[in-house]
Amino acid sequence: MRSIEDLVAELPIFTGLDAPHRELIAGCGANRVFEAGEHLAREGDPADTFYVIRHGRVALEVAAPAKGTLMIATLGEGSVVGWSWLVPPYRWSFDARALEQTRAVAFDGACLRGKCEAEKAFGYELMQRFAAVMLERLQATRLQLLDVYGGPDGE
Amino acid sequence: MAVPTASEATPGAGRGPMVPRPFRVAARRQETEDTWTLALEPADGGPVPELGPGQFNPGQFNPGQFNMIYAFGVGEIPISISGDPGAGGPLEHTVRAVGPVSAAICRAEPGEQLGVRGPFGSSWPLAGAAGRHVVIVAGGIGLAPLRPALLRALAERERLAGLVLLCGGRSPSQLLFRSELEAWRDDPRLELGVTVDSAEAGWLGHVGVVTTLIGDASFDPANAVAFTVGPEVMMRFTVDALLDRGMGPADVHVSIERNMKCAITQCGRCQLGPTFACREGPVMSYGAIEPFFRAREL
Repeated sequence: MRSIEDLVAELPIFTGLDAPHRELIAGCGANRVFEAGEHLAREGDPADTFYVIRHGRVALEVAAPAKGTLMIATLGEGSVVGWSWLVPPYRWSFDARALEQTRAVAFDGACLRGKCEAEKAFGYELMQRFAAVMLERLQATRLQLLDVYGGPDGE
Repeated sequence: MAVPTASEATPGAGRGPMVPRPFRVAARRQETEDTWTLALEPADGGPVPELGPGQFNPGQFNPGQFNMIYAFGVGEIPISISGDPGAGGPLEHTVRAVGPVSAAICRAEPGEQLGVRGPFGSSWPLAGAAGRHVVIVAGGIGLAPLRPALLRALAERERLAGLVLLCGGRSPSQLLFRSELEAWRDDPRLELGVTVDSAEAGWLGHVGVVTTLIGDASFDPANAVAFTVGPEVMMRFTVDALLDRGMGPADVHVSIERNMKCAITQCGRCQLGPTFACREGPVMSYGAIEPFFRAREL
């Protein structure tokens, strides 16, 4: 059976990190399995954890009155689920639900924040990596907001 | 490649390049709330337009080409051909009702007539794709002009190293060709990714922009050719994602369809620098069109 450190080395968000930093991260991680329909997180709950998907798919959702549950995005293998653990008040903004059986590494956010505080260079490295993920998601969200398929392109 | 002029492409001795040939609506199929596929056959009983020597399918048209469709008394617009070039029979066009002309075309019932000029323009470079991965990225109605290329690629799958189709849409109900998408999902000849901008719980596909599917798609960027059609904003981000993946600009092909009016380079409305979208396009390699692709004034 592979160790959490072995798994951390394979996760795209941590690609290229040196061994001591991978060890720091692995110390805050644990393997988790979610069955289809099971929630990884619920809107409003304390965001003390984030996940990196190893296998499976996860939907980010929000419940809207009279509209039911709306799916905002789906995330697949290698994707990060959650960054609310990074900034106060550390609460989930959306639901995260497994669409199929999903294997993920769960990371203790408070544990990692402590290590980032204690070792600033490591913290900066980690923040850069999460900023890249956030930028990618922000750009994708902006494209969705543009509703490019909604209006006429010509005539 | 040689591009036929309307007079060459449209049978009828003495018919000028701007004079449409009457076609009859043979069949009409609703695809989504506002989009219809029309099958058109010549009202004079003659053959559908023939292309010149060396072109893909001497019987009908090349994948990616378009016709000018005229709703009598309303107006004329360019519409890509969406049918199978190898199938013969009526010409298929998939039209979204977004203005008075396209709405009139969508309303045309079987038996009614529409004017047709064409086919015009360049085509998807399938002939040069032998031994390579073909990656097709469609956004919204953009799947219609890509469908002929996909159908030919499926028919000639053994020539290709791989075939990937990535489709983006506004919502599940607005995806085109849904029964075909279902069939293609289980087709071992291609890898299919479908994503929508928003969905209700219960949708089992992806949610997100189509560019998010490119990173995980199975193709070798060093040995691939990509075709993309959709709103220009979507195509710009798609091109960026394909280049980020490692593809070369010359291997990424886009369809530029804006501002076409005459389709025979006379009006200049579709001119992009030294090129005309109706003549060198609508299909152009990103490498060739790059200086003008992001020009705001064009």
